[in-house]
Amino acid sequence: MKGFIIKEFLHIFRDLRTMLILFGMPVVQVLLFGFAITNEINHASIAILDQAKDEVSMKITDKILSSGYFDLKAVLTHPDQIEAAFGEGVIKEVVVFEPGFGRKLEKEGKANMQIITDASDPNTANLLYNYTSGIVRDYSREMMENKTPPMQISIESNMMYNPELKGVFMFVPGTITILLMLVSAMMTSISIAREKELGTMEVLLVSPLKPFQIIIGKVLPYILLSFTNAVVILVLAFTVFGMPINGSILFLLLESILFIVMALSMGIFISTVSQTQQQAMLLSMFVLMLPTILLSGFIFPIENMPLPLQILSNIMPSKWFIIIVKSIMIKGLGITYVWKETLILLGMTLFFIGLSVKKFNIRLG
Amino acid sequence: MTTERPKVIEVKHLVKKFGNFVANDNLTFDVKQGEIFGFLGANGAGKTTAIKILCGLQSPTSGEIKVAGFDVYRQTNLIKRNIGYMSQKFSLYEDLSVSQNFEFYGGIYGLSRKQIKERTSYFLEKLELTNEANKILKEIPLGWKQKLAFSVAILHHPKIVFLDEPTGGVDPVTRRQFWEMIYEAANEGITIFVTTHYMDEAEYCERVSIMVDGRIEALDTPAMLKQQYGASSMNEVFLRLARAQSAEQ
Repeated sequence: MKGFIIKEFLHIFRDLRTMLILFGMPVVQVLLFGFAITNEINHASIAILDQAKDEVSMKITDKILSSGYFDLKAVLTHPDQIEAAFGEGVIKEVVVFEPGFGRKLEKEGKANMQIITDASDPNTANLLYNYTSGIVRDYSREMMENKTPPMQISIESNMMYNPELKGVFMFVPGTITILLMLVSAMMTSISIAREKELGTMEVLLVSPLKPFQIIIGKVLPYILLSFTNAVVILVLAFTVFGMPINGSILFLLLESILFIVMALSMGIFISTVSQTQQQAMLLSMFVLMLPTILLSGFIFPIENMPLPLQILSNIMPSKWFIIIVKSIMIKGLGITYVWKETLILLGMTLFFIGLSVKKFNIRLG
Repeated sequence: MTTERPKVIEVKHLVKKFGNFVANDNLTFDVKQGEIFGFLGANGAGKTTAIKILCGLQSPTSGEIKVAGFDVYRQTNLIKRNIGYMSQKFSLYEDLSVSQNFEFYGGIYGLSRKQIKERTSYFLEKLELTNEANKILKEIPLGWKQKLAFSVAILHHPKIVFLDEPTGGVDPVTRRQFWEMIYEAANEGITIFVTTHYMDEAEYCERVSIMVDGRIEALDTPAMLKQQYGASSMNEVFLRLARAQSAEQ
């Protein structure tokens, strides 16, 4: 009995991968969940459009910026600049003071300001609005204490891109990303691993087929499947959920193909390092799926994560793809706005293709 | 008679190193056309590495090797066209039907539709499996699958077929039938290069080489080997060689 137990432990300790999964994954997951699921705002990038530039507006601006929740990324001078500021995707909120803000407050006891948020991510937009309006309300309460005629700052909220704060706007880009990742990467890696497991891969390698022919033969069906998948999701989103496609559909589909190829090349890479289908599946699950769900900004806003996780999220291809999809579908932007993200995806694709080809060849040589 | 047949595999001073580990240590041997050549050795003796080199899957560290008349350094593609291969693992697709497997492998080797059809019905008739052509492979018993795999390996009528422990896990009757198929193929002029764990199968081979620790320790006909080592069976020959090796260490 004792011998048997010892033997069982030996099995587990011998297998490095099982060890990693046994002990590494719980740690990683607890950390991810613990840190990622904070619905707090930390250092959100905002811009200020102060058309009054008087004592009161400056004071409110100071209060907002000294709260620690916001970072001033841009000072705008004209309402026309708001659209462009959001287009780059960095700025999440613009605070606008109307001209003569302080004077109006003094004379008429009433002044208007506006909080515009990027509601393509509804949760963050809502949080940002609540934080900012809370700070402004605090300020007006303080002012009221020593002034007899009641003064009122009315705050107008403007949820850019998604006025109804529909969750589906967040949900659809994320789902497309995850499904493409799932079908492309996981299925290819498993199907290649299956050939290895069954021994048919050996026969294919001995045949006159060249390695790249084998890879293309394995991958092409999944490109078609994934692409069909993407189209189905888009059609559903458009018809059932009323999700707009404000940008070019053609451009969106081209970006999807790029992402699919990226995911496939990751799948091939995974299959070169795993011997069995189970290994391929576990690797895909833990290396691709969980980080895609947790770190891509799909569920948890990246801005709210601690800095290490924010940095880590940059190597998630899905993060960039979600940004691209949201920009095209919700904001209606074109390549001039998302060329950086596209370039990053392209780079990752080439990296993984190169890596897999190298791995594939090493296994042969 | 053996001297008249042309050599289809020529290996001179084959060396394959992985870092400091020498997997194949100066192998030299020839295999003639239509010969059944047994390639024996314990696990880890370097058999698989040598087969991979002969099939053009790996390149040797040094040595002069020709397979089917082609050089293993530069003409691997021509080699691959002229050989068949059947691995110790089962090498057909379980979720395809019998005829779909034939079509797939025939297509890979560039056979025409017509050729595939002809060869498929030829083999199915021979195996008396014509009625099961559309059955999914899962439903076919293992023994039959093994014979099908061999048929697929020689579907394109290769010059040489490499069989890497083809009869693992198969019952004695099926093994016997399998060897009959091997003899038939050899009679058609296909050279058989076979590795096996079963020493009784070694007796079926025309010539046998025995590898120990990366070197070929013995190479001759089974009869000559038995005489040379004063043994009554190939099993004894094998054990003597293996024991001599461990005594040395």
